[in-house]
This record gives sequence, C-alpha cells and structure tokens, in this order.
Amino acid sequence: MSLLTMLQRRVRVIGALLRAGFANALVYRAEFLVWMLTTNLPLVNLALWSAVARDGSVQGTEGSWSQRQFAAYFLSALLVRVLTSCGTVWELTYEIKQGTLALRLLRPVHPLLAYATEALSPLPIRMTFALPIVAALLLGVGWEHLSHDPLSWLLVPVAIAGVWLMVFLVMCLVGALGFWFDSAAGVWEGWFAFYTVLSGYAVPLDLFPAWLRSATAYLPFRLMLALPVEAMTGRIDHLQLLHGIAQQVAWCTALLLLARATFASGLRRYATFGA
Amino acid sequence: MIDIRSLGKTYRVTRRPPGLWPAIRSLWHREWTEVAAVRELSFSIAAGERVGFLGPNGAGKTTTLKMLSGLLHPTSGEVRVAGFEPARREVAFLKTVTLVMGQKQQLLWDLPASETFALNGALFDVPRQLFKRTLDELTELLQLGQVLEKPVRSLSLGERMKCELVAALLHRPRVLFLDEPTIGLDVTMQSAVRDFIRRYNEQTGATVLLTSHYMEDVAALCPRVIVVDGGTLRFDGALSELVRRVRPHKRVSLTFSRPVDPGDLQRFGRVITQDGTRVTLEVPHQELPQVVSAAMMQLPVSDLDVTEPPLEDVLRELFAGRSTEAA
Repeated sequence: MSLLTMLQRRVRVIGALLRAGFANALVYRAEFLVWMLTTNLPLVNLALWSAVARDGSVQGTEGSWSQRQFAAYFLSALLVRVLTSCGTVWELTYEIKQGTLALRLLRPVHPLLAYATEALSPLPIRMTFALPIVAALLLGVGWEHLSHDPLSWLLVPVAIAGVWLMVFLVMCLVGALGFWFDSAAGVWEGWFAFYTVLSGYAVPLDLFPAWLRSATAYLPFRLMLALPVEAMTGRIDHLQLLHGIAQQVAWCTALLLLARATFASGLRRYATFGA
Repeated sequence: MIDIRSLGKTYRVTRRPPGLWPAIRSLWHREWTEVAAVRELSFSIAAGERVGFLGPNGAGKTTTLKMLSGLLHPTSGEVRVAGFEPARREVAFLKTVTLVMGQKQQLLWDLPASETFALNGALFDVPRQLFKRTLDELTELLQLGQVLEKPVRSLSLGERMKCELVAALLHRPRVLFLDEPTIGLDVTMQSAVRDFIRRYNEQTGATVLLTSHYMEDVAALCPRVIVVDGGTLRFDGALSELVRRVRPHKRVSLTFSRPVDPGDLQRFGRVITQDGTRVTLEVPHQELPQVVSAAMMQLPVSDLDVTEPPLEDVLRELFAGRSTEAA
C-alpha cells in the first residue's frame, strides 16, 4: 500500500469517526449543555476574586489585578475549558469494566484514535457555547484588558490545541489504569485536584508565592490551561507563548508514548485476564 | 480455515470469603487461584463449514471464540484462523473475521443503524460500490426496509439483532464467530436469523462457528458440532452421530384405534408414556425397521411417528456424564 493510499484511508477513517461522533453529540445536545455548565468554576472564581478586588487591585508577582483583569482572565479560562475538556477517562474505564472495549478491538482502527475523534467531534457544538463567552470578553471586559499582540493571537489556537491534546492524553493514560484496577477514574479526580490549583484554573498563577509559581514551570499543569489564558490576557508575549507551545509539544510527545505503552500493556493484561 | 492445537486458557482470579474481616485482610493479602477455562482443545474447521459449538455455561465456548477472534491471548497451544495468528490482531485479520455477541452490541445506540453501517464501511475500508451492493443485499435478505433510518434505541430486539448482523457482515468476512446470535429473540425472529445465516454461508462460502443455547439453531444450521465441557473436547462430529452415540434409541409414537394392553407393548420397546390409545416407545436404532413393521402388523395402529430425542435431552445426558466418550 502506497503512502498516499495509506493517508487517504486514514483521512477517510478519521472523517467517518468524526461524522459519527458529531451526529452522536447532536443527539446528546441537552446533556452536553448541562455538562458544559459544570465547567463553571471560572465564573465562581471570577465572582470570588472580583469581590476581593472590589476595594482596589490585588498585587501579583508580575503585576496588579483589577476586577476587569480578573474578568478577562477567568472568562478566557472558561473559554479554554469549554473548548478543551473531554470525558475520555470515564468512557475508557467504563468500557474496560463492562467489557465493551472488546467491540472496539474488533475494528481495524487503534482505539486511542477512535477515542480522540470522539472527543473532538463535538467541537462545533462547543464553539457554539463558546460564542457567548467571547461576546462577554469583548463587550463586557473590553479589548484593553486583552492582548494587543497579533502574533500571540495567531498562536493562541495552537496553544489551545496543545491544551486539548495534553488533557486527552492524560485522560488516556489515567483511563488505561482501568486495566489494572477499578478505581482509575478516582485517580483522575486526584489529578484534577492538583490541576485545579496548579493550572491557574482556581487562582491565577501570578498570585502564587514565588516558590510555588516557579515550581509550576516544571509541571504540566500550567500548559494545560494558563498558557493560552495568559497569552489572551496579554500577561505573556508571543515569544513566551512560543516557548510554552514548545513545552507542550515535549509533554505531548512524552504523554503519547506513555499513554500508548500503558494502553498496550493494559491490552496485553486484558487479553490475559479476560476481555 | 480454523486450526486449533492443544489450546489452553487459564485465568488467574482473586478469591475472598464473604465478610468484613476478609474484605479488610484482602487489602494487603490477596489469594489467587487459577481457573482453567480451556484445556488442551484441538480441532480444525474447513472453509465454508457451519459448525455448532456447544457446551453448558462455563464450558469455555466464549473464551475460545474470543481467542479465535484475537480478543484473548491463549495461555498455551496454537491458533490459526485464515492463516493468521489472531492474538496479533493484524488489520488484514480483523477484516477477515467478525464476532457477533448476542449480549453485546456495536450499534451506535442513539443513531439510526445506517450511521453505524457507514462508519463500519469506512473503518473496514469497503469500497463505496461494494458497500452499497452489500448493504442492499443484506437488508433485502433480512427484510430490514425502513428499520435502517430509525434510532437503534427504538428498534425491537429482533430488529436490533438483524442490524447487528448487517454491521458485522458489511466487510464480507470469510469467518463468522456467532456467540448466541438469537438470544432473547422470539421463535419467528430466531427462524429468520437462522435462515439468514444459512443463506449467507451458502452464498459467500463463509465459515461459521456458532454457539447457542437454542438447540433449534444448531439443528437447523450445523451439520457438524463440537462439544466442550469443562474446557475440554467432549465430541467432534456430525450432529446425527452425537445423537446416536448419546441416545442410541429413537422414539416411536403410536396411536391405536382401540386400547392395547401395556403388557403387549413391552416386546416392541421400552414404554416411555402411555395415555389412553397413545403410546411412546423407545427403540434401538438398529431394531427400528423390524419393530415398526411388527407393530403395524400386530397392533391396531392408526397413526405412527418416529422422532429423534430432543437435542436438549441429548446434551443434558452428555453433560451429566452418563454416556459417550470424547471423539
């Protein structure tokens, strides 16, 4: 089979998976809306931090934070979450436990590719939900609290794609632990607790003590939310964003290798102990 | 087409007595035990054969089918299916076989079945023209009609199973593993599915290995049966031979024009039931012609019927270990 034929086949397979996933997401639009509303933590934090900043700006390590700046930050965080959250960890652990993963294994496509397309296929619906957030950002907060660097805006979609890929791969990695024990989804809850704090989801990293902020530079969490948010709100320039994207690429490579190896090892166990 | 040599599959499972203390103790001390689901199983199936794979619950049927379809790795022995080693799950192998599990579904639940068909067509790389032709053929054979456009969740169990079969066969597999494909279906639908499987086999020459607890499925579809029990082979041969070995008798039902003294019937065979002028006798296979001839001449017979014992009875007797030997 020539490379071109292989590529054509791969495109056809991904297209079919995306179409089926999108059709499924449309059926579940009401449940999807409810689920999206559960990603409202940034709005809660916005209210909280706006109250803190009511009597004056809050001083961070690298600048001050007014109410409007908090609004710009948390609305951007909400936008990134709406575009990048997915449910692969629950789907994977459920299918392992119920044995329905076997049906995926009978198809000539790697299960992780199928999960990826299923997680991506509701993107058009997510974008619909993202529109009011963008409107709130532009109309409610105002352009002056967002980045004025056109290069940064060009790179932000890349960084958001990097966030999605990192979230997805971590979910695959944690979900694959379901091959060994039933409570793998619980591991995700533990991970998410760290994520909530260290990604800038609950608190802008700029408000952390210096030692903790520097520690986040060595962890993946910042790259899984704060990176594009800081770029959108003009707290980092395009060079810093580019550096972050390079870090995302490195983390994605490591996570992909780890997730694939864990999944393959889990499959061997699945095939040994019972599918 | 299918070749199995000394196949074995042993599961390692945890054991824990009931109660709070054993539950707490299991946190640091787990007891493991090995369960042999399949042991030293060997058989071959030629291309185009329809074979019934029988055994009681826990006999190792589904485990064997999963090893044949590449979902489980054997603990020992060798498996070849259409020249492939299933455990490697090569793309060419996956395109060659299909596994239909009556208790699990691959159809997308909230979408019309046609969506799953389109997805499978793309995943299995079926050319558009062939896809359309195959889909038309399968929907006509199964008389699916308008069913394809309804969400799967709103279909009846029988309609769903027919759609499962279409989804599983769109890529025209050469080997069909069917695990309880008629489970839960009513008699009419069972018959429709059986007819379809037979016609598919006859038209395409595909090899069929079928497990079912409905003996009508096996009797109607499979000239050959493989019987496993406790993970080992108990019988491999023609269905008629299995019946003859386990129950070397036929049942002769007689209706008389007037009552007959039971004492007069003993010399014709063992009396199973007697109800007024109706009696059922059990007669050895080899004595059947003489017995029927003598009964017609010596008794006031107004009707006569010769039947095989029900297959369920045959298997019950086989699994109870009262008869036969491994073939």
